[in-house]
Amino acid sequence: MISELFKRLEFYLDARQNKEIFIYPGLNLGVEHSDAHTQAEATVFGFWVFLMSDAIIFGMAFATYATLLHGTADSPGPRELYHLGPIFIETLLLLTSSFTFGMASIAMKYKHPTSRLVGWLLITLVLGVVFLGMELNDFRAMFAAGGLPTQSGFLSGFFGLVPLHGLHVMAGCIWLVCMLGQIAVHGLDSETKLGLLRLALFWHFLDIVWIFIFSVVYLAGLA
Amino acid sequence: MSWSTIFNHPLGLLGADSFPFLAMLSSDDSDIFINGLLGSFAAALVIISVMVVVALLTRYRAWRTLWFDWLTSTDHKKIGIMYVVLALVMLTRAIAEAVLMRAQGAVGLGGGFLSSDHFAQLFSTHGTIMIFFMAMPFLTGLINYVVPLQIGARDVAFPILNSISLWLTAAGAALVMISLVVGAFSTGGWFGYPPYTETLYNPGIGVDYWIWSLTLASLGSTLTGINIAVTIYKKRAPGMKLYYMPLFTWTALCTAIMMIFAMPPLTVVTLQLALDRYLDFHFFTNGLGGNQMNFLNMFWLFGHPEVYILILPAFGVYSEIFSTFSGKVLFGYKSLVWATISIAFLSFLVWLHHFFTMGQSGHINAVFGIASMLIGIPTGVKIYDWMWTMLRGRIRFSVPMIYSLAFIFLFVIGGITGIMLANPILDYQVHNTVFLVAHFHNMVVPGVLFGMLAGYTFWFPKAFGFRLDERWGRISAYCWIFGWMGAFFPLYILGLMGLPRRSVAYEQASYVPLEIVAFVGALLVAAALMALVIQLWVSIKYREKNRVFVGDPWNGRSLEWATSAPPPEYNFPVVPSINDRDAFTAAKEFGVGYQEPDAYVNIEIPQNSAMGPVFGGTSFLLAFGLVWQIWWLVILTGLITIGTLVMRGFQRDTLKIIPAEAVCRTHQHWIQAARLALPIKRSQEHTAANKGRAAIETVEVPT
Amino acid sequence: MSEPIVTRTSATNALRANERRDFMSYMWGFGLALGLTLVPFALVQWQAMARDPLLITIAVLALVQTVVHFRYFLHLDRKRKREDLLLVLFSTSLLIIMVAGTIWIMANLAERMTPI
Repeated sequence: MISELFKRLEFYLDARQNKEIFIYPGLNLGVEHSDAHTQAEATVFGFWVFLMSDAIIFGMAFATYATLLHGTADSPGPRELYHLGPIFIETLLLLTSSFTFGMASIAMKYKHPTSRLVGWLLITLVLGVVFLGMELNDFRAMFAAGGLPTQSGFLSGFFGLVPLHGLHVMAGCIWLVCMLGQIAVHGLDSETKLGLLRLALFWHFLDIVWIFIFSVVYLAGLA
Repeated sequence: MSWSTIFNHPLGLLGADSFPFLAMLSSDDSDIFINGLLGSFAAALVIISVMVVVALLTRYRAWRTLWFDWLTSTDHKKIGIMYVVLALVMLTRAIAEAVLMRAQGAVGLGGGFLSSDHFAQLFSTHGTIMIFFMAMPFLTGLINYVVPLQIGARDVAFPILNSISLWLTAAGAALVMISLVVGAFSTGGWFGYPPYTETLYNPGIGVDYWIWSLTLASLGSTLTGINIAVTIYKKRAPGMKLYYMPLFTWTALCTAIMMIFAMPPLTVVTLQLALDRYLDFHFFTNGLGGNQMNFLNMFWLFGHPEVYILILPAFGVYSEIFSTFSGKVLFGYKSLVWATISIAFLSFLVWLHHFFTMGQSGHINAVFGIASMLIGIPTGVKIYDWMWTMLRGRIRFSVPMIYSLAFIFLFVIGGITGIMLANPILDYQVHNTVFLVAHFHNMVVPGVLFGMLAGYTFWFPKAFGFRLDERWGRISAYCWIFGWMGAFFPLYILGLMGLPRRSVAYEQASYVPLEIVAFVGALLVAAALMALVIQLWVSIKYREKNRVFVGDPWNGRSLEWATSAPPPEYNFPVVPSINDRDAFTAAKEFGVGYQEPDAYVNIEIPQNSAMGPVFGGTSFLLAFGLVWQIWWLVILTGLITIGTLVMRGFQRDTLKIIPAEAVCRTHQHWIQAARLALPIKRSQEHTAANKGRAAIETVEVPT
Repeated sequence: MSEPIVTRTSATNALRANERRDFMSYMWGFGLALGLTLVPFALVQWQAMARDPLLITIAVLALVQTVVHFRYFLHLDRKRKREDLLLVLFSTSLLIIMVAGTIWIMANLAERMTPI
């Protein structure tokens, strides 16, 4: 009877510990590092705050774009410059990369072999790089069609917003390469995990920004 | 920009004519000569000060100490002190500029001695420095020093990020300083409205100096905001609920949150203006679909919250001071907290009142006018709370209290003129006159600067272990107060008489008497600054007499007073448990203020890091390269910056351990001193008997 | 001696269940987001609606997709991590104030300044 009770208790305690470990999806620092754990919580929360600050930067870039929407000054406008096809593919690339990063997070959290984690990360990286390449190609096509940022307020607004997202994706790709390097050098220690966790947040966040870019800039521009 | 421009001009736009001193010599015009002389004098002061500092450091072999104990330190206390030092240095320059401007005003009838360009540079640098490189570093420094102590934490959440923020701010300040020696600063005012600041009207590099110094400062402040907010949110001592936090910590939290959300619009506008200037974009140009009005809109989306970023920490300081120097519990704690939160939130809803006259329709003006007036309500609540805190308290009129009382009187006047200006109809009349100048100086000098100086006096003994000289402190305080009144009350009247702000000269003889009064006031302010310097000198000289090692010279109420002065690197040997507001007062009353813990443990703190200084150096050079279009420098320093970040990611083991024995020794030494020290009554506060141990004196609190 | 083994097995089971739940979360997110992307692209590609209702549809779908991403990719929900949710909601309110305010003011100004 008493041993039964103890078993129960142990189970609950265990479950509670599990819950503590899994406060953040992808974070698995083990119970023994309770100090590291508190610091990890602060780090991840701090990164969330940073993302929100970054969201305001994007918000202001969107607001500027909206303000300048009619300032085309007789140079090409959305209908002449935007093409739905490549944007659709870019959207799928970014969405898939968000998913593959999610798979990487699961591989890390549930301690799958490191090779599987690295594999998912590499797929994510390739998707990100292809996205950037396609976006650059879009810009090149726009330049060729007379859509230079020096032409009009509208185009300034466009090139103040969309490449800003592109630069973020580029930063994300560089960061991803660095994280692969850290895995190679240090293995999956808690600092590397924490880095990957933040990178995952960053990556998913950029995908959310992209929702607004394809909706507000491209779809609304062509509607 | 092609490869040839990079290699054919290794110094970019930099040439012999970039140095105002040389330009002055090669000119025959006497006007240029006088202004050049003033500029060269200022430049020489900068160069000589730097040389003197370098010489002193070498003479006393202090380079190692400076580098290892200060510049690379990640200790929040040292970073806080460095912020305040930066603020005081920049304050000196900005006050000198203010006096020069008022001197010009006094003789400005039909001319004066300054050229309009020089005058424009003066008011631009004065404003930029006072906001971004005086007030912001000052409040950031105080918050950095005090908040972790007040919440019982060992350090901020991200110590290295803290160091980077400091260095980004310092790099911005250095950029403003070097503009005195190389080239010239912007003439576009502290808010740099286009299209005047576009290349078409301002082809020189002045505006670029302004853009990049602001960008560095705003990035630094954003990171600081994140750091402080997470620190307060995540690092509080066990048991410290949000409602147990001292009010200064509350205001710091609100300010930090505002920094996180208000700085990005500034970063966006300055970068968009940079794109306009460097790559010929059309965000804010007159033609080709640009919209200059959007600059005003976004600048003040940052600018108005900024005003409250500045003033909320000062409100926090005043709250601590009224309570401590009245020997009473703060009246209406929760109402003060909620007033702070309301002010912080409302400040995001009123930005349009900075441009009522832009041309939008009346109903929009009305909405924002009413929202602006609403801020008067929580602010009024605060004023009453402070007065009730003093009611039937045993008030000590020491320096921090003198500043705080002057603040109440003057701030209410400023607040009333603020309510006047919040009315769009009235605003149309006085807009762009010196009435506005008087109003906002009324808010930021008695509001912010007095608060910062009061906080400096209040916490100085904690940081350095000895009290500041009381007599010179009083002299300085009275000079500040009466000097401020002399300098700005006349401007209210001059504004109503129609004197436009930023006029280098005027034609109305009736302005002269009040302009002279204002100049005398400015001189008094300069005297106040001198007195502040003398106070520091005298205090250091007689420091042995004023030592307060035990650490509680004012009978303080919150946790920062529960440590030695200066506190050990790790702040608390054992993180305290909190179960009340005014935790230290409670501990003292229960007789457990100076106790030994049951056991000591090893303490982990972050190692020093060269990240901050490296970031500061490279970002300064990066910005300098951008200003002068030295592209190889931009690319090089940009790569170094990124490389440093990447390398940092690969670093491990960034902590160092302080062994339990060392903690034990330090702590026992302090406890011993506390037990030996005589608890002194408040009447002896300013005597040599005050070793930092306070006697318990209960004040009868009316119920 | 058998008790600890039982506990460990139940812990492993819990772990497996967790993993499955997390995996399904990403799958759901991916599927929903895919649908919410396809629909507006298709609507615009074939100009299936009048302009104003189309714009409103795009906006609504974008907002729904944002919620989906936050919920399934960033794991933001009411059960765990309430502080992050509060942070995002607060940031969103400020973002709306800033962006909507800007558009309101600048549109009004443009209307009043447009030469007739």
